[in-house]
Amino acid sequence: MAEFKLPKNSRMGEGKVWPKPEGATNTREYRIYRWSPDDGRNPRIDTYYVDADECGPMVLDALIYIKDKVDPTLTFRRSCREGICGSCAMNIDGTNTLACTKGADECSHEIVKIYPLPHMPVVKDLVPDLTRFYAQHRSIEPWLKTSTPEPEKEWLQSYEDRQKLDGLYECILCACCSTSCPSYWWNGDRYLGPAILLQAYRWLIDSRDEATGERLDNLEDPFRLYRCHTIMNCSQACPKGLNPAKAIAEIKKMMVERRV
Amino acid sequence: MSDMRTPLAKVRGLGSAKDGTTHFWRQRVTAVANVFLISFFVILVIALQGADYASFTEALQNPFISILLLLVILVGCLHMKLGMQVIIEDYIHSEGLKLLLLMGNIFFASIIALSSVVAVLKISFGG
Repeated sequence: MAEFKLPKNSRMGEGKVWPKPEGATNTREYRIYRWSPDDGRNPRIDTYYVDADECGPMVLDALIYIKDKVDPTLTFRRSCREGICGSCAMNIDGTNTLACTKGADECSHEIVKIYPLPHMPVVKDLVPDLTRFYAQHRSIEPWLKTSTPEPEKEWLQSYEDRQKLDGLYECILCACCSTSCPSYWWNGDRYLGPAILLQAYRWLIDSRDEATGERLDNLEDPFRLYRCHTIMNCSQACPKGLNPAKAIAEIKKMMVERRV
Repeated sequence: MSDMRTPLAKVRGLGSAKDGTTHFWRQRVTAVANVFLISFFVILVIALQGADYASFTEALQNPFISILLLLVILVGCLHMKLGMQVIIEDYIHSEGLKLLLLMGNIFFASIIALSSVVAVLKISFGG
């Protein structure tokens, strides 16, 4: 059944309120999800205060500030700090997004609440376990597949055909869209989810690829593809401004096209 | 029991069902048909508002009206069955219960459709 209540050991409690930075006049409050596999306790929400004058403008800057100056045990992933690696995807101010491209002043509430990506197993604090997500990506075979012997130099593609990949190749696989999708929450073990389906479409529409039919066969399934009910959370969440819902609709169109 | 399959083996599972498009297509076709059929049905109900039994049966004995009404029933029930099937598949994760509900859904939609069809035919043939 769909779960309407968190399991007992996942219910959140109040955590520690960390002291305000001394002498700071311009502070911002952050409430952050904390959970450690080592202490056997339920998750809790810790409260931190960040000196906004001593900290960069992005939510990731605040997380780094907290880890550096307040609580070194706070755990999160980050790498490029410019929205290209997808490591710092988390739920900030109620929306899945990248901490590095989300300005603290863009949040709609004074208090910024931060949780890990929803409905994923948590490794620690803000780090979700994306093993299944990556396996799903592997399952759509995201590489060029051809039977024709390789040309001496390169596979040619017209300018128009290359343009079809715009809005698809930019996906950084941060999983913001998939983990915002209720269908993926309820059936993530069988439904591939918006990020992976957008990637699947990126290879379906590639004019150089020769395995289109085989790729469609692999996706034609009541769960893998058709759990998408155009809820559109994916397109709203995407921090790169892409439209996974449209890519999924295009796959469904191809499915119908090849039989009518 | 611990599951030691690799993540890829779990994701691939039993493979693609190579189906689902029929369901998707039928749901769209019945939805488009319902735009006209349900409009017709609403207009019919409004037109027959306050009518006595004799004028009601007379209306249903008109073959155009009875054929359209039969389509409302059959297309509507098919659409209902397809929609309910998706809801069951979405939310019921215990395999046994899911199977039972999916069967029950087919039985329910069939019984509703056929008994409504018999009722319309009975009246339209003057029963």
